[in-house]
Amino acid sequence: MEFLIVLAAAALRVATPILLAALGEMLAERAGVLNLGIEGTMLLAAFVGFVAAHQSGSLWVGLAAAVATGALMGALMALLSVTLGLNQHVSGLGITLLGGGLALYFFRLLYGGASTPPSLGQSFGQLSVLPGTTLAPLLSQYGLTYFALLLVPVMALVLRRTAFGLRLHASGENPEAVDIAGVNVYRVRYQALVLGGALMGLAGAFLTLAQLGAFTHGVVNGRGWVAIAIVIFGNWRPVRILLGALLFGFVQALQLRLQAEGVALPYEILLALPYLVTILVLALAGRNASYPAALLKPYRREGG
Amino acid sequence: MTTTPEPVVSLRSVTKRFGALTALADVDLDVRSGEILALLGENGAGKTTLTKIVYGMYQPDEGELRVGGVPVRFRSPADAIASGIGLVSQHFALVPSLTVAENVVLGREGGVLLDRSKIEGAVLATAERYGLDVAPRALVRAMSVGAQQRVEILKALHRDCRLLILDEPTAVLTPQDGERLFTTLDGLRERGLAVIIITHKLREVMRVSQRVVVLRHGRVVGERATAGASQAELARLMIGREQLPVERRARAARPAPGDASGMRRHNPTQPGAPEEHDDLTRPGAPLEPGTGEPARRQPTPLQRPLFQRPLFQRTPLVEARRLTLRDKRGVTLLDDVSFDLYPGELVGVAAVAGNGQSELVSVLTGMTQPSGGEVLLSGQRVSGLPPAQLARLGVGRVPEDRLAAVVGNLSVRENLTLEHIGAFTRAGHLDGRAMAAEADRLIAEYQVKAKPGDLVRTLSGGNIQKIVLARTLSRKPRFVVVAQPTRGLDVGATAYVHERLLEQRDRNAAVLMVSEDLDEVLRLSDRVLVMYGGRIVGDFAADEVDVGRVGLLMAGEGMVAHG
Amino acid sequence: MARPAPTARAPRLPWRWERGSAPWWLRLALPVIAILITFALASVLIAASGANPLDVFYELLIRPLTRRTSRLEVLVRATPLLLTGVAVAIAFRAGYYNIGAEGQLYAGALGAAFLGPRLGEWAPSAAVAAMLAGGLVAGAAWALLPAVLKVYAKVDEVVTTLLLNSVMLLLVGGLLNGPWRDPVSGWPRSPTIAAAAEFPQVIARSRVHLGFVVALVLVALFWWVLSRTRFGLELRAVGMGATAARFMGVSVRSTVLVAALLSGGVAGLAGVGEVAGIHHYLIEGISPDYGYTGIIVATFGGLHALGVAVAAGFLALVDVGSTSASRALGIPAYLGQVVQATLLLVTLAVLLLNRYRPARRSRREERA
Repeated sequence: MEFLIVLAAAALRVATPILLAALGEMLAERAGVLNLGIEGTMLLAAFVGFVAAHQSGSLWVGLAAAVATGALMGALMALLSVTLGLNQHVSGLGITLLGGGLALYFFRLLYGGASTPPSLGQSFGQLSVLPGTTLAPLLSQYGLTYFALLLVPVMALVLRRTAFGLRLHASGENPEAVDIAGVNVYRVRYQALVLGGALMGLAGAFLTLAQLGAFTHGVVNGRGWVAIAIVIFGNWRPVRILLGALLFGFVQALQLRLQAEGVALPYEILLALPYLVTILVLALAGRNASYPAALLKPYRREGG
Repeated sequence: MTTTPEPVVSLRSVTKRFGALTALADVDLDVRSGEILALLGENGAGKTTLTKIVYGMYQPDEGELRVGGVPVRFRSPADAIASGIGLVSQHFALVPSLTVAENVVLGREGGVLLDRSKIEGAVLATAERYGLDVAPRALVRAMSVGAQQRVEILKALHRDCRLLILDEPTAVLTPQDGERLFTTLDGLRERGLAVIIITHKLREVMRVSQRVVVLRHGRVVGERATAGASQAELARLMIGREQLPVERRARAARPAPGDASGMRRHNPTQPGAPEEHDDLTRPGAPLEPGTGEPARRQPTPLQRPLFQRPLFQRTPLVEARRLTLRDKRGVTLLDDVSFDLYPGELVGVAAVAGNGQSELVSVLTGMTQPSGGEVLLSGQRVSGLPPAQLARLGVGRVPEDRLAAVVGNLSVRENLTLEHIGAFTRAGHLDGRAMAAEADRLIAEYQVKAKPGDLVRTLSGGNIQKIVLARTLSRKPRFVVVAQPTRGLDVGATAYVHERLLEQRDRNAAVLMVSEDLDEVLRLSDRVLVMYGGRIVGDFAADEVDVGRVGLLMAGEGMVAHG
Repeated sequence: MARPAPTARAPRLPWRWERGSAPWWLRLALPVIAILITFALASVLIAASGANPLDVFYELLIRPLTRRTSRLEVLVRATPLLLTGVAVAIAFRAGYYNIGAEGQLYAGALGAAFLGPRLGEWAPSAAVAAMLAGGLVAGAAWALLPAVLKVYAKVDEVVTTLLLNSVMLLLVGGLLNGPWRDPVSGWPRSPTIAAAAEFPQVIARSRVHLGFVVALVLVALFWWVLSRTRFGLELRAVGMGATAARFMGVSVRSTVLVAALLSGGVAGLAGVGEVAGIHHYLIEGISPDYGYTGIIVATFGGLHALGVAVAAGFLALVDVGSTSASRALGIPAYLGQVVQATLLLVTLAVLLLNRYRPARRSRREERA
């Protein structure tokens, strides 16, 4: 029992950045834009958040900087894919390469000489709810984890119960209908990408400001791609995305645990599961996959 | 007119041009509240352009638009919506995965939060006020086409529209849904709405409208109170003539031009019937002023004897047997279509757009699998074969969208040879010299104004069509399927294409030509098939064609079993 | 059909951009424009480091060409980029967005690392041929699943090829940390390949290996197939207009399938080259994103053979130059990656101009 609770606590920690990033990606895809810039956005935001915290000495300044960076990268993606109508896959990959390059360039520039990676010397602490009970380990998490969990119902409500959610959904399914209804499709997609980018930035900040308290080259390490898979696995719905992220977190926590116990196990197979399951889901759904209908399609109003 | 109320919307001397083409010329139109106005016309008569001007998608080049008597200038549909104009187009602007209420309020949700029960109540109230049977909570995806159309109407009504325009509303409906729509429209009229219904179906005009305005070639050619109009008269106005300008047929059927006995048969209406406008400027309609007589300016290839169907013994080259086609939703697009084609015969298919002729071409050219039935070529089944095999078996194919037959970013040379690329390939390697020679030959023979290396997308429509014809006809196909061969072409190119098609007939190929240009069908064909609602509803030998009847059949009237 | 594009917010200049084919001088100028914009943007970064951008550009673009070793190193770096560039270009030309060149490269490397140690008894020419064939097959095999899903189930290839990259990295990691771990040193690296299977040097006293020649041959083959063979014509037709290609009798399915597999195979060769020509064993970091950079190469090279060759050379130069700038001026070598990524985005944007041509305004502009 105690083992399970510890495992669940670890799963929550692992799931947090995936969940945040996946919710951000979900916003973008719901509006009709596949944002493959996610990996680079997370890395750059993780780095900027780290630098801002390091220079200012305030984790909150770092957090704000990371969120702003993510939003900015989202805006860049919107400029390329919405305003210019460029190919979404290639511009997204370009943003990933750019974000990664910028982060590593400035990291080397600022901390190049140091033989050991610089550390913040502080990080967001874990907030304990119900201390002293059996559930204490489970409910002793970073604030961002609680925030991410809270974001799930909030996001579900936004999608289902707000005008913005309605417009977002419609922009991803039939942008022409949105346009004819007098709503600016570009604006909706910009909002989705900027907001989504901010969440990716938050995911990056979690890694450097909470989990590690430091920045390394491999800090994101493919978590963006996992998030892309989780969004599909979660069928573009917040609650199912949470489920996917928790499953992923659980598998990875289990694997770390078993590794620590010295159990010989090809843990790469476990790590590959989210990708393989997602591909399987796509293959089974085939053309019936509930992709937003207008995903990957730049919107251009026809002259008639 | 003085006693009637101020029109909701009126057009005054509206003209709209697209480049050299005049889509609307000097159009006046009024629509008042409490009336349903039918806008009748063939394809290309300017109905859609007129709609788009009223709905703010186009701005008129000349003339003005008035709403409630006040001149307005719409910059976008949003302006039109704000002025109380609603449009239900053929392509629904609905989000299938949202509910009816969500679709209706999209864009004017009334606040940051979406109060579901409130919007559903409001939408339901609107629906009930106008007698529309729609469940606000239903998912649009799960609804029938007829119900989706009601959602579109509801969207317009919910935005307080005073004028509702419906563009070919029954094109996508079953007859039952169509009748239901008309009942709805009657209800809207009684509640004081102004309605414009755009259609080419006479029955609908008679059923639902109070007034009918006929458009032809961008001009208003007639306006009638529906109650006092006859279907035959409206058909004549819409098609534009009571007499056929068919020189070739005239030679075969009657000895001398203007021979009264020859005219009688093709003149179902009163010779003195009023005709507001005679279109004298348009190519392909060479009528001499006033007389309704064919002008003597036909290109020579038209002056040939008609093909006479063999009375016995010879078997047809092409046999279509009970072709049917249903789309994913189960809507029938082709309904039991059968016909024969003999070598040396050019058969024209006359139909208004959306009556199955495009689907027929798609099946015959190997782009669509029929749901039932078959096509035989010399007794061999060819329906369902891929395009490459059809080309090899001697089926020449010219589709209605010529841009779907060429790859714009490939060169003229490549587009001229790709369809028969096997003939220019040696062990997988392209024979560049043979390709170049073929391209040069076809460019010269078909007078294509382009260099072999030019990208096809840089060419004019006429030259692209010549490329499609050249690569298809140069292979001397036994059976030629050609759709809309001269759409968008100028006079010279049109005459050229006609000449080439008749040439095919003369070298004993069987030609099936689908065209929305009735003149073209009547001038070239040895035999005319009329399609309506996915069925063949008329079959005439060219010297038996009765234009009035063809017009009625195309408009869905006067149907008889064909054969 | 031939209505002018909406010009609602276009500034009132005496000329405007009109839809159509860009004139030849503009098409040739576009890469130059892209490079100029990229370097203008890069100057900002360089200035942030306190260095003089012109000095850095000299180190980046000129200095590597002044010394023999670095000139040859450009060729070494260009080798995988030529191959992944061709791989991506083949797929993109067919309208198949293969984002999986990185994974397919590793698949080829895996194949080479598997075969290499087993070819000790073989004649060198046969062993080398077997290595190439093995890598080709392995790369194509890794590309098979997304291609089949695309062609037969209409599953979008972007996500599947992308996710398989991550799966391949895990697979390689698993093998290197498991069965292939060097029993002596304990390093995560595969057993060394047989001497016979090693790619010979093609330039004495350098790291330039047979893979470079293979890459050049493939660039030439790419050009030849695309412009001189029936398959190439059909491939271009499918990529530029699948419906019209189908109408003209091209089998769209088999064309896309073959293009996807060829793309994977060629990417696999890039992996073989790195194993057989450089390292002689497989390690995890054998490709610093060569597969993704291949997308830059293909895009910047306009999906043309000659363009791919020039682009691969240019990016390899930037790669080598950024190392040199890092040594000489203390500019982080990651500048190279930033420049490459910026070049990709700028090229994409600048290519939009390809669809337009400058034209004088007519007196009466139609406003659609």
